[in-house]
Amino acid sequence: MSMLDNHKLLFSNAALFFAGLTVLVAIVPALSNQKQNRPLPGAPALSKEARIGKGIYIANGCVACHTQQVRNIDMDKVWGDRPGLAADYAANVRTDFWRNTATLMGTERTGPDLTNVGTRQPGKDWNLVHLFNPRIVVKESVMPAYPWLFERKKDPAESDVVVNVPAAYLNGDEKIVATKDALYLLAYLQSLKQAALPQNTAVPEFLYKKEKKAAAGEGTAATVDGQALYAANCQSCHQENGEGLPGAFPALKGSPVVTGEDLEKYVDIIMNGYDAREEYGVMPPVGTNMNFTENEVAAIIDHERTSWGNQGKKVAPEDVKKIIDLLKLKTSE
Amino acid sequence: MKRISVISTPGLLPVFLISAPSGAQAGGGFPYSFSFADRSVWGIFLLLIVLVLFAVAWLMRQKIRRIRTASKAGTAGQKHGAPEAWLQRFTNAQLREILALKKKNSNARLLILPVAALLAPAGQLFAQSTPGGGPLLSETGVIITITLMALPILLGVVLLYLKMQRILQQFKNKQQLRDAGRLAAYLEQLPEQELEQLLEERPPEEGPLPAAARLSGTGKAEDRNGLLRIRETEGLPIVAEKKRAQKRPDVDPALSKLVLWYLGCSVFWLLFGTSVGEYVGIKFIAPDADHVSWLSFGRLRPVHTNSVFWGWASLAMLGLGYYVVPRVSNTKLFSLKTGWYALCLINASVVLGTLFLMAGINNGGGEYREYIWPVMLLFALGLVLTLWNFYQTIARRTTREIYIANWYIVASVIFAITIVLVAYIPTWQNGLGETIIQGYYMHQGVGMWFMLFTLGIVYYFLPQQLNQPIYSYSLGILAFWTQILFYTLIGTHHFVFSAIPWWLQTVAIVGSAGMAIPVIAGTTNFLMTFKGAWSKVSSSYTLPFFLVGIIFYFTGSLQGTAEAFRTTNLIWHFTDFTVAHSHMTMYGIICFFLWAAIYAIVPRLTGKEPPQISVGIHFWLALIGLLFYIIPLMYGSTLRGVAWLNGVPFIETVKGMAPYWVWRAVGGSLMWGSHLVFAYNMYKMYAAGNELPDVNETALNQLRERVAAH
Repeated sequence: MSMLDNHKLLFSNAALFFAGLTVLVAIVPALSNQKQNRPLPGAPALSKEARIGKGIYIANGCVACHTQQVRNIDMDKVWGDRPGLAADYAANVRTDFWRNTATLMGTERTGPDLTNVGTRQPGKDWNLVHLFNPRIVVKESVMPAYPWLFERKKDPAESDVVVNVPAAYLNGDEKIVATKDALYLLAYLQSLKQAALPQNTAVPEFLYKKEKKAAAGEGTAATVDGQALYAANCQSCHQENGEGLPGAFPALKGSPVVTGEDLEKYVDIIMNGYDAREEYGVMPPVGTNMNFTENEVAAIIDHERTSWGNQGKKVAPEDVKKIIDLLKLKTSE
Repeated sequence: MKRISVISTPGLLPVFLISAPSGAQAGGGFPYSFSFADRSVWGIFLLLIVLVLFAVAWLMRQKIRRIRTASKAGTAGQKHGAPEAWLQRFTNAQLREILALKKKNSNARLLILPVAALLAPAGQLFAQSTPGGGPLLSETGVIITITLMALPILLGVVLLYLKMQRILQQFKNKQQLRDAGRLAAYLEQLPEQELEQLLEERPPEEGPLPAAARLSGTGKAEDRNGLLRIRETEGLPIVAEKKRAQKRPDVDPALSKLVLWYLGCSVFWLLFGTSVGEYVGIKFIAPDADHVSWLSFGRLRPVHTNSVFWGWASLAMLGLGYYVVPRVSNTKLFSLKTGWYALCLINASVVLGTLFLMAGINNGGGEYREYIWPVMLLFALGLVLTLWNFYQTIARRTTREIYIANWYIVASVIFAITIVLVAYIPTWQNGLGETIIQGYYMHQGVGMWFMLFTLGIVYYFLPQQLNQPIYSYSLGILAFWTQILFYTLIGTHHFVFSAIPWWLQTVAIVGSAGMAIPVIAGTTNFLMTFKGAWSKVSSSYTLPFFLVGIIFYFTGSLQGTAEAFRTTNLIWHFTDFTVAHSHMTMYGIICFFLWAAIYAIVPRLTGKEPPQISVGIHFWLALIGLLFYIIPLMYGSTLRGVAWLNGVPFIETVKGMAPYWVWRAVGGSLMWGSHLVFAYNMYKMYAAGNELPDVNETALNQLRERVAAH
């Protein structure tokens, strides 16, 4: 065969073969994707602060551990309400002439997926403490601390954003103040929300559904694991031991709200958040954000009322449902 | 319909969740309490440094003693330098020649060689004083300062030690030469009758048995044809002696200098890149080790991956390529100068890229595409120069056909340039375009650059080390074309279930399955080349590296196929399984093949061999370290994936990984240690002269010269 002995023929054939396949499986699909897809009409553009924050997210290589993609499989349901679509990424364009587009989809989930973190974990106080040192709020976290996004000041000014950091992390009477960069990054994290699909659009399905769950359907409170729900949605602020974090997040252990009789207030806080106490951070509307069902709310309440020495009554999901419906009515008025 | 059985493996789950707290709770805050801000950590560092200093100082004392005794023996000139003793060591042939020389030139005059001045050993070297334990020492700042000062001192002492070793070597050389001079003088004075008598006393050479059948003799054992194993080193035989490298026709010194520089730079990047990797691995169990932005995990991780990719593996491959391409073309390298330019460009690219990444300037987070395009442009230019150089060399070949090794090598350089161009042209890839190109780029970089080039290197070095031809040329060609066909398709299997088009994901999965063809063809070809030569493995220090590389080529590549399926993606995607897989392939395949080839080639270029014991240490540390690294990580990741499938809260799965991350750090440390040993071996091959001159041969030469002069 002449090709074995002819370098021109051999190498140009190999190059053409490779280039041809490249065009077919990479260049054409990439071009057609970037041309066809448009951002969802309901998706807000990044604010100026959030855009700078995204730059900080990129510079510090957060993508090494955090994905931003909800796959269309059932196990990814915890990270978003619906699978990610090409349109969700269409707003990403080249950062600038020097740097490539950052879709930040990621390939490794050492830490949680952040597609919807702005909905799941919007609390400003929590996020800033967590960035200063994640182990203050999540003991087992292996995320790096970002102290260079904060300043240590003896007398913070009025306009300074002071972060409630436990005394063990401070020298003397100094205070931790968030820099602009920290606030930009916060703005970016808060902006990460799954946009709603336009009406009359079919929501893509999650595949590989779990058999057990499908059979149980909505289920009763007994089949919903309150402890797991607490761990996933409440624990990062109120802590595993229910003691909260002094100066930042209130304790649920021995809390009058938890063990008391006012179920409406209790459900209201879970569903719509809370900002009544000066000394603590603002609680986001966790239940509404996460679309909790009455079974889930009841399971969380039961868990909180029977843990850490708390001795409250268990609740019936039906009672919770009534309150939720009532609250919805109130807010829509 | 879309249900899988994987979910129903609850047996594994409790193990995962139970093992987690036990790992996390041991010793109070372990493993999250380690920090460089902690005084005790610096104290331990200081103690370690002092211990190392003492160890080195003690070693140096031993060296000084040896130099001293060596010099004393030299002045006394009696012990082992006595000419009478050396006389006994001449072979009969040599004695006869001496006799003939003496008869021919009985009037020869002597020239006594000047004796070199003796080196007085330097004074005491315990320069580093260690303060006792005052209150000052408990100050973090003081401890840091002392540690920082101790580091350069430590480096200096190590350098001094190496220098002394060289002096001792030179001294020994001189002594041997002096002995030779004295022997030559002695021989000239020696009455001829005495020599004749000595010859007669020797056992006769011609006896009842032919010379070839006799088992003993006074001659030096030689193995010109590579048939025997000759134990040349004396001392404690704690490990089996391996065969030494074969003498080959000399390589053009200019080319060998270029190749050695490529390999030397690559070793630097290996040490640098894996030191960073080691530190990054430690951060999984000690996230508060430091709080410096330039050293934070997210910035250092790409520093590790890119410097081992573009610095270590690429430079080592190219260095070997510069040797292989002209050799199998049976011609000279087209342009040495271009080779040097390419080396500078690639080094510059890795230096700049590292600095940019640490400063927080990166390309947006695509794996192995973290360098911004101006930095990668330098790398690509290096490749373009290389391609031109290789292509022109092959165009000037004196063989009719192009050996298969050159197919792989040149094709991989062409493909690498294509990939970098597609991925880096700074005017496109909005939205998902970026992701599709990322999948393509990242995987072609691994498979079409590193794998293809390395296979080319194996096609040259494996037959050469086995001293038999490659089993099947056709299988090599089949593997070549099928690798291009299937590998090019598989990039997007890193984004299965993501928002990229479903059909593209399916194509990638089909391509991954197709990869079985080139992998099985290649493995079969390599293993069959061993046919009839398996016994050589135990007597060679390069072949075990090849064998490990071949085994991982098979297992690692097929593991990649298995990981690409949709059902396995459910468990393994996004976990550390991918990290284990990439180390199994980039380390198990690429690094082991590269080491095999480096140990095969460098002794030929420099004429010096590495100490076999430290090659053995390198091999076993690397292999055992790799297994410690990948097996716990794959096991833990499987548990984590199953936990995710079962809806376990995320933080529980972080806790669950803790013990496996500890194992990974242990394995990583062993691997890193093996690289230090590898660097030492390179040093021994590059710099240290470990060959002493032969006294008898030198004396005889001097005698010949003097006779000739008269």
